[in-house]
Amino acid sequence: VNPELQGRVFPPTEPYLVGREKVREFARAVFATNAINLDPEAARAAGYDDVVAPPTFAVVVQEHTLAQLLAEPDAGIDFSRVVHGDQRFTFTRPIVAGDLLTATLSVPSVKTLGGHSIVTAETSITDASGAHVVTTISALVVRGEDD
Amino acid sequence: MPAAPAFDGLTVGDIVAEASFPLTRDSLVRYAGASGDFNPIHTDEEFARAAGNPSVFGHGMLTAAFVGKCVTDYVGPENLRRFKVRFATRVWPGDSITCKGKVTKKYELDGEKRIDGEVLALNQKGEVAVSGTFSAALPSRN
Repeated sequence: VNPELQGRVFPPTEPYLVGREKVREFARAVFATNAINLDPEAARAAGYDDVVAPPTFAVVVQEHTLAQLLAEPDAGIDFSRVVHGDQRFTFTRPIVAGDLLTATLSVPSVKTLGGHSIVTAETSITDASGAHVVTTISALVVRGEDD
Repeated sequence: MPAAPAFDGLTVGDIVAEASFPLTRDSLVRYAGASGDFNPIHTDEEFARAAGNPSVFGHGMLTAAFVGKCVTDYVGPENLRRFKVRFATRVWPGDSITCKGKVTKKYELDGEKRIDGEVLALNQKGEVAVSGTFSAALPSRN
């Protein structure tokens, strides 16, 4: 892994329009059976504009930024050696169907630990007004060649 | 959806969640499609075996989503401030994943009534697959 990745900020992704059926598909796939995740009327009755995405839905948007990291020519990250260590989310508000989200990736740190590298990939997600929605951070453990 | 629990009525140790989720090959395929994570190690048996695994295994973020569902069902999506999951042992088709959690701390921060909690996702042998922690801001009383 190229240590010079540390501190790099990538260009914002193309806006991601959160579709109602995508939220429902994701909710069903993770057994999120709460009515606000599936039923627009129930979501509106609870004060939301449309169905509410489960909290880990942010990774669907983050995926587009990790693709940028994967495509970075000098990153030196072999994704077949990557193990997902942890995932963090900091919310301003939940993602709701109809949101137009833009994601910006940065790499706050690259550390080496006993032959492994730990790349921290931070994706900040904002809505169409530019307001923060959620930041999600992956710790990507890149196993060394000896394993 | 039930209202968020009132901060004043909560006690450290209160149960956040206890729910079980069956993991099947079908659920891995559905999650791959829904999430866009098409790493074949989760869906393609031949690929998974060729990579040295006994079979396909579950996406860590699928188990994490079970934990997340338990957390937001308890605190309400708009009250969740922070959520973190750490991945421990892998999960396999046929596993039954049980999420169990409790409130670990009550405090005030930035003028908000906050709770912290932990939710573990365990396999049927009681091994931790995912450990989750969260912080939420709650109304003082309902």
